[in-house]
Amino acid sequence: MKPFNTFTGLVLPLDRSNVDTDAIIPKQYLKSIKRSGFGINLFDDWRYLDPGNPGDDHEKRRINPDFVLNQKRYKGASILITKENFGCGSSREHAVWSLMDYGFRAVIAPSYADIFYSNSLKNGFLPIVFAENRIDDLFAQAAALEGFALTINLEDQTVRTPAEENMIFEIDSGHKERLLKGLDEIAVTLTCSDNIRTYEKKRASEAPWLFPDV
Amino acid sequence: MQKTLYDKLWDAHVVKDYGDGSALIYIDRHLIHEVTSPQAFEGLRIAGRKPWRLDANLAVPDHNVPTIHRDHIEDPVSKLQLETLDENCAITGITKFEINDPRQGIVHVIGPEQGASLPGMTIVCGDSHTSTNGALGALAFGIGTSEVEHALATQCLVLRKARNMRVSVNGQAGQGITAKDIILAIIGKIGTAGGTGCTIEFAGDAIRALSMEGRMTVCNMSIEAGARAGLIAVDQTTIDYVKGRPFAPTGKLWEQAVAAWQDIKSDSDAKFDKEVVLDAATIQPQVTWGTSPEMVGTVGSVVPDPKDETDDVKRIGMERALEYMALKPGIAITDIRLDKVFLGSCTNSRIEDLRAAAQVVKGRKVAANIKQAMVVPGSGLVKRQAEAEGIDQIFIEAGFEWREPGCSMCLGMNPDRLSPGERCASTSNRNFEGRQGQGGRTHLVSPAMAAAAAIAGHFVDVREF
Repeated sequence: MKPFNTFTGLVLPLDRSNVDTDAIIPKQYLKSIKRSGFGINLFDDWRYLDPGNPGDDHEKRRINPDFVLNQKRYKGASILITKENFGCGSSREHAVWSLMDYGFRAVIAPSYADIFYSNSLKNGFLPIVFAENRIDDLFAQAAALEGFALTINLEDQTVRTPAEENMIFEIDSGHKERLLKGLDEIAVTLTCSDNIRTYEKKRASEAPWLFPDV
Repeated sequence: MQKTLYDKLWDAHVVKDYGDGSALIYIDRHLIHEVTSPQAFEGLRIAGRKPWRLDANLAVPDHNVPTIHRDHIEDPVSKLQLETLDENCAITGITKFEINDPRQGIVHVIGPEQGASLPGMTIVCGDSHTSTNGALGALAFGIGTSEVEHALATQCLVLRKARNMRVSVNGQAGQGITAKDIILAIIGKIGTAGGTGCTIEFAGDAIRALSMEGRMTVCNMSIEAGARAGLIAVDQTTIDYVKGRPFAPTGKLWEQAVAAWQDIKSDSDAKFDKEVVLDAATIQPQVTWGTSPEMVGTVGSVVPDPKDETDDVKRIGMERALEYMALKPGIAITDIRLDKVFLGSCTNSRIEDLRAAAQVVKGRKVAANIKQAMVVPGSGLVKRQAEAEGIDQIFIEAGFEWREPGCSMCLGMNPDRLSPGERCASTSNRNFEGRQGQGGRTHLVSPAMAAAAAIAGHFVDVREF
């Protein structure tokens, strides 16, 4: 995982609540055995007018000009702002991979589905929570100002607007440290190998049916 | 201190408490399927790591498998994903059920069926409907691929403890009311984010009265209520179900396990952060009309009018949903005509589901306007059982297709899917836009309601059918 550094990025407003992971990346693309290449199919059903399948020539597909992602002013966006319960539905991590592969590095919403939130943090993709009125305000600013960009500073836990307003967000200290350092969570856990073995030994004596091979 | 069932399961699995609300939690069972695991195995290989504990893992192909012509997988991308699972299990030595093994089936069906999922366990799988296994009094939840890799490499996950929520369904459900109606009514009440950040314990007389199959249906859709995990306390129904299953303990170990499982329940005065109570007697057969499982009503109702919704965000969502579903406010649910009927998925593909549907179908014929009605059993063993009972013949004579087990049209990763504009009565769990095929329109119902809809060609109240 790459360390999460302070960056300034163009904002894309997606004015929908309950955006589910089927909408973020439809199932036909989950057949891939790779982690990359999902960006071209991010929001596929909304982004294109014709049905898509893995291996299609995307140059030939019909673009939906009404969908926000296809509007010129949002080209190159790296911060997504959206409404409540973003990422609900299936546990597919492909949803996070597709957002990142497209170029997004962070999302700002009033709330997220639990598994999506967890998947984001594992990939160095930052899900920021702000209250609904704050989000509405950001939507209004993004609509009013072409090129509306925000600066995200994880160290300070701030999002800065072009008007120099600093908005503070909350994040768990453990998650923050892992993101800032880009730590490999498995390597960190494996430093506790002795704890795991001790637990297994104790558990196997209390509940031996859980360790049939011991 | 009085503990909830979730507190007990959590405490019993803490390997290391990080002191900040998170802990390293031991995982007793890891179930694996072909869609969310390839990148995890690849990650292990790149880092030169091996699975921590082989016997805690069990793999099965289910999402991509065709439900006819099993020997030839036409889609090369699906085929590669299935072969990748074969290869990863062969290299690591993880036990895997082959596509033509009678034990193959939907991962959430085969865990309990095999006794691989047991009371008191922590159970994970790279699939959000892992919550199904919570019916056994296990802490079971879906994980992403990074966590699949983490569970493989360390047999643990780094987790934050969720809050405790209890949903009590008190009293007795009426005749013809199924587990599916109960869980849809719960989701209708609390919404799809009602359980976010929580583990839901389902309690009350109406839950206790359910069979294990019914309890699995309820826990399965915990995730549609926003909760990663749903739980039901162990009782005699649970123990009777587990006894004698292939992976279940036997002899002295069985006795020891059963004694320990007596405590797989919340203490009588345990405190919950959130409580919701429903009266079972008021629950009617449920039908979803929108593109989120919370957009649900009773069979006797009409499609609601977004104008009556005072919450702006909800109203916009409703308008969008009705446009997608091509429905107008005020239409009676029973006037909604259907094109297809799908009986299956990890929510409703167990033997009890097929029996309930067959009872409705028996001696009748699928309506002329139904282009396709299909039954996809949850596992090869469910299929065999149904065939031994003659249930397959009842469906086939009525005009249903009788298929091989898999996830099938719940999400259409295999060739079973809706075409644009097609409307389907489905026993699955998600009615999202495009879920069953791009442009497809899904109405979620119980197996009996789906069966009755197939015969009538539109929704009907199964209690009067």
